Amino acid sequence: MPSTDKYSILLPTYNEVENLPIIIWLLIKHMNASGYPYEIIIIDDGSPDGTLEAAKQLQKIYGEDKIVLRPREKKLGLGTAYIHGIKHATGNYIIIMDADLSHHPKFIQEFIEKQRSQNFDIVTGTRYIGGGGVHGWDFKRKLISRGANLLTQILLRPGVSDLTGSFRLYKKDILETLIKSCVSKGYVFQMEMIVRARQRRYTIGEVPISFVDRVYGESKLGGSEIIQFARSLLYLFATT
Amino acid sequence: MTKLMEWLFVVGTLGAIWLALLTNTIENSFAKDHYDLLLFSPVIFVALFGLYALTLVLYRVFTFNNCDEAAEELQKEILQAKEDLQKQGFKFKTVQ
Ligand SMILES: Nc1nc2c(ncn2[C@@H]2O[C@H](COP(=O)(O)OP(=O)(O)O)[C@@H](O)[C@H]2O)c(=O)[nH]1
Ligand SMILES: [Mg+2]
Repeated sequence: MPSTDKYSILLPTYNEVENLPIIIWLLIKHMNASGYPYEIIIIDDGSPDGTLEAAKQLQKIYGEDKIVLRPREKKLGLGTAYIHGIKHATGNYIIIMDADLSHHPKFIQEFIEKQRSQNFDIVTGTRYIGGGGVHGWDFKRKLISRGANLLTQILLRPGVSDLTGSFRLYKKDILETLIKSCVSKGYVFQMEMIVRARQRRYTIGEVPISFVDRVYGESKLGGSEIIQFARSLLYLFATT
Repeated sequence: MTKLMEWLFVVGTLGAIWLALLTNTIENSFAKDHYDLLLFSPVIFVALFGLYALTLVLYRVFTFNNCDEAAEELQKEILQAKEDLQKQGFKFKTVQ
């Protein structure tokens, strides 16, 4: 069955010098095995830890057709990093994932097969159903996560089990349209994306994923997460 | 219709029915026989729902899949990746 599908994997990085080589190695391994055409676009935001130098080395090893570097001068945030990446993507499908090893490339093939099975507009990884789960979270973190998730399910009835996850596959044009309609910053951006997708009647498939909390480095999104989440929930409640 | 409007609509409708029953605008014997139950039914409903939600959340917390195998597998893959990348000439930045 001939197909011209190509998958552009967007990898935004900020201080991921230890994770980047591993995630790239895993991506190359699994994408080569899957046989689907792909490219990996690394969007580094001027990480002071030398992530970009590591990316350049990896590009030498794996080739410029597989590893595309689209760095930016300074840290401008995740949302615009995706927009920046999409502009340079040559595939008709976009996969977004974190570079911190919490999203395992082995699931990408399942995403692609899921998408193809019913021509979904979006496929999202989910930690909350089936074989999905999380490694490295304590009771408190699980409680907050489950509580926030149930509250969101009750208030928004989004029809998707994992709203804040950021391991997803999109049709390129749909991702472009969606990003433009979203105003949130930070990780609640992912929630707005999927809620607005539902509002626009896009079809969404789900694949259970195991999420392994980052081994190296630290999360850039801390602190006021809960307040941010609550505000975003109310905002979406009132506007969608 | 936004989710907020949906909620207001449903809560408003239920509230109107409740009030009508309570004030006997809707003629019924139930309201006369079980007035207290009817009066407190919104509170009872919210409390029961809260209890249900709490139980559900706790159940989900305790059955949250820990993915221990996935974490172990990842550790092995990290070692493999490092070894293989080094062979291909990748220079790891040494962090202290
Ligand atoms: N380019 C870019 N990448 C970022 C930025 N902030 C976070 N990232 C990357 O986005 C991904 C998710 O960030 P992370 O801190 O792990 O968020 P968390 O998993 O929600 O705690 C990682 O790959 C980060 O390196 C940013 O401002 N610019
Ligand atoms: Mg992370």
